[in-house]
Amino acid sequence: MNCKVPTLMVEELRTHFFTKQGVVKAVDGVSFAVKPGSVIGLVGESGSGKSVTGLSIIGLLDHPGRIVSGKILFQGQDIVNLPEEKMRQLRGARLSMIFQDSIAALNPVLRIDTQMMEALRAHGKIEKKMALECAIEALSKVGIPSAKERLKCYPHQFSGGMRQRVAIAIAIVNRPDLVIADEPTTALDVTIQAQILSEVQKLCRENDTALIWITHDLTVVAGLADDLCVMYAGKIVEKGSVDEVLSRPLHPYTVGLIGSVPSHNHRGRPLYQIPGMTPALLNLPDGCAFRERCPRADKACREDPTMSMPLPNREVRCFHPHLGDYS
Amino acid sequence: MTVFLIRRFMQSGVVLLAMSVLVFVGVYAIGDPIALLINPQATQSEIDLAIRNLGLDRPLWEQYIVFLIGALKGNLGDSFIHNVPALKLIFRRLPATLELVSLAMLMAVIIGIPLGMWAGLKAKSISSQTIMAGSILGFSLPSFWVGIMLVIVFSITLGLLPTSGRGETVNFLGVGVSFLTWDGIKHLILPVINLSLFPMALVIRLTRAGMQETLPLDFVKLARAKGLTTQRVILVHVLKNIMIPIVTVVGINFGGLLAFAVVTETVFAWPGMGKLIIDSINLLDRPVVVAYLLLTVLMFTIINLVVDIFYSVLDPRVRLGDRKE
Amino acid sequence: MNSLPKDSAPMITGKPTDLEAPFHRLIRDFTESKLAVGALVVFICIILVALLSPWISSQNPYDLAEIDILDGRLPPGSKGINGMTYLLGTDDQGRDMLSAMFYGLRISLGVGVVSGFVALTLGTLIGLAAAYLGGKTDDLLMRIVDLQLGFPSILIAMILLAVLGRGVDKMVCALVVTQWAYFARIVRGAALSERKKEYIEAAECLALSPSRITFRHLLPNCLPPLIVVGTVNVAHAIALEATLSFLGIGLPITEPSLGLLISNGYEYILSGRYWISFFPGVALFITIASINLVADQLREVLNPRLRT
Repeated sequence: MNCKVPTLMVEELRTHFFTKQGVVKAVDGVSFAVKPGSVIGLVGESGSGKSVTGLSIIGLLDHPGRIVSGKILFQGQDIVNLPEEKMRQLRGARLSMIFQDSIAALNPVLRIDTQMMEALRAHGKIEKKMALECAIEALSKVGIPSAKERLKCYPHQFSGGMRQRVAIAIAIVNRPDLVIADEPTTALDVTIQAQILSEVQKLCRENDTALIWITHDLTVVAGLADDLCVMYAGKIVEKGSVDEVLSRPLHPYTVGLIGSVPSHNHRGRPLYQIPGMTPALLNLPDGCAFRERCPRADKACREDPTMSMPLPNREVRCFHPHLGDYS
Repeated sequence: MTVFLIRRFMQSGVVLLAMSVLVFVGVYAIGDPIALLINPQATQSEIDLAIRNLGLDRPLWEQYIVFLIGALKGNLGDSFIHNVPALKLIFRRLPATLELVSLAMLMAVIIGIPLGMWAGLKAKSISSQTIMAGSILGFSLPSFWVGIMLVIVFSITLGLLPTSGRGETVNFLGVGVSFLTWDGIKHLILPVINLSLFPMALVIRLTRAGMQETLPLDFVKLARAKGLTTQRVILVHVLKNIMIPIVTVVGINFGGLLAFAVVTETVFAWPGMGKLIIDSINLLDRPVVVAYLLLTVLMFTIINLVVDIFYSVLDPRVRLGDRKE
Repeated sequence: MNSLPKDSAPMITGKPTDLEAPFHRLIRDFTESKLAVGALVVFICIILVALLSPWISSQNPYDLAEIDILDGRLPPGSKGINGMTYLLGTDDQGRDMLSAMFYGLRISLGVGVVSGFVALTLGTLIGLAAAYLGGKTDDLLMRIVDLQLGFPSILIAMILLAVLGRGVDKMVCALVVTQWAYFARIVRGAALSERKKEYIEAAECLALSPSRITFRHLLPNCLPPLIVVGTVNVAHAIALEATLSFLGIGLPITEPSLGLLISNGYEYILSGRYWISFFPGVALFITIASINLVADQLREVLNPRLRT
């Protein structure tokens, strides 16, 4: 058993967006923890709140969003109300983020070396030469050949996979304790995806870096993560180790998600889909947000379900989890 | 890169040629040069002689060819009124206009960009809304009226600055400039302010729009996620991105401002090209009008070309001859 | 692996959210800016003043029988020979500034709006033609558009007026020529991008006639940028006409617009008689500014990217 202090502990995080049309409760009571060197997958459809969770942790929410309550304990310290200057010092150094669309995430008019070296020099006085060395080292680590020449290039001169590797290099160059990866491989080919996944995994194990991997793709997270959190409409509906959750899903939504994966379906039969649509976050139904699409819903589901722990190390937010289905 | 340049030069050449035809034909339709140059009391034979000498009896296309050949040699005909080469007349006045326009554009940019950035950063604040309202003022106020008001307030009522004209000039790089003398500066202040209001309003709005579009983009988030100071994020990452459209528009508008200076020159009796052209139009001094129009077209084409080149320097994505890895 | 859930019942899908009619949303968003609403009110007042000028002015400043040169150059508020109070003073000919301004507004506004409208129609037709005909025609038309847009409108207008001479119709002509290219380019661009969209394909599949597709389907979707550019162009046309008249190459004395009034007063500023130029300028400014403010808010409201 790993008895280390968790790198990150999120407690009842609530992030709301105060728009003209009403309050959007993008993240509504999310709690989880990540230990050093471990990988947690945050899985859900678009609109489930997973990206907003990541942005809340690193403190880069756009107006009109804001954290309304909850705690984010980074290495024991609550960073929700940390003054901006202290937060800036953490960002890029102790905790960093990888974004989904690398062509948008890298500044198109600045060279790669500028963008990498500034990440280093923002957190301490480093000589240009030293910074260049670190940058070359980081690029090689993520598998970019002839790093020295590549540094002089601009982002548009790289392919998608390369760019994402650069983004990863930037995120790890200062050896942070926590990396938040927001769907970094979604836009890439399957083969490149696999390569990047394994490299990231290796880097994290080497440096004891905790990793939060945000994705909508279960297959990606299956091979990479240690633990899994399934999100729906701003709340975590199921938590547990990745093997457990995928082999014995408890929440009907998780069951549906797994069932929708094409490889799980039988040939020749129509693909299974979770019926209905993700509810608009402005118009959430009372009680369980999944109620209107759930095959097991009944009158009891009109109340808000809380997290329960029906099995050891497994949490689920449901009145009717799939407990008895497994013999 | 060279291919691009050659192609652009050729395109510009075609444009110039087309414009010269248009201009020549159009201007030919106004007024009667015969009446302008020849003594109305002259006998018919004297008139005929004069017509033959001035080549005014040739068919239109022949006059144009003569004109074109002359143009390529740098001779665009003599002014009907002043009897000096039209081009010479214009060149004499060019430095004054250039000085006015350059300083006005400079002022517009130096004041406009910081104001626009502020308005973009603090989008909903009172100061931002004031700046934006001010910018609407800037291009709603009729330039000539503002000029008149400036003269009334600062020259007549307060007596601080001269009402019109250009100040002392000194020779700088072979050209007479007035911004190096105190007297010159005093004469420059009001006209430069007057001329700069419109482009300043434009720059403010452009910069603000650029900020509003760029700030939510992902790379700004990434820059902040790296822990960069806000100062660096804005001044390096954001500014470099928004400069591209701003520079382009400023460059293109420089040409426009050269023409628009006519108004300021009229109000402040500034001895530039603009005043010359207005008088020439009214007095039907054909060669001067033609020469001015052609010169303006040439300047525009050059400015557009320079802006294009500049654009490719600033935006690495557009750089010509770039190969994708 | 797991089997699919055993108990499945037909699902109730969620309620669709209430969608506002686009026009209502336009009005609602527009009225968010009190400044813009105020500007619109002001502009409507100005239009009314311009339309009703013969009835609301205290004198017809262009009827020689009604003005008295002995009343010339009186400051604002002074009483004239026949007992009339000149609220804003008189010009060199003894005309009441306020009345002259009302009439001048009429001309300035009339010229601006008419030329804007004609330019809009002309530019739209050309733009649609370019988009629809495509190929060489499109190329040629757009080259002309680009050429024209590369030159400052004041220059183009100056040349045209030098050729055509002075007069209201000639001024309108010149203003139309300076403006049509903006509309043509916008309409062509919008038409080209809309044309690629699926609803047009669908309409074509339904074998609707090209003109029906163009006018009932394409055109309404090109409207937002057209509206914004149209409004701005009207303001610009009014300003341009005033500038040209001020420079002496615009409208003739018989049809004095605000620009000409200001030009008249120019020679008197050195002697301190500021009001002859000042008040018409204020009227001009308020007109242009109100249109621009309205156009600004329209642009904010109709721009899909900036909507939160």
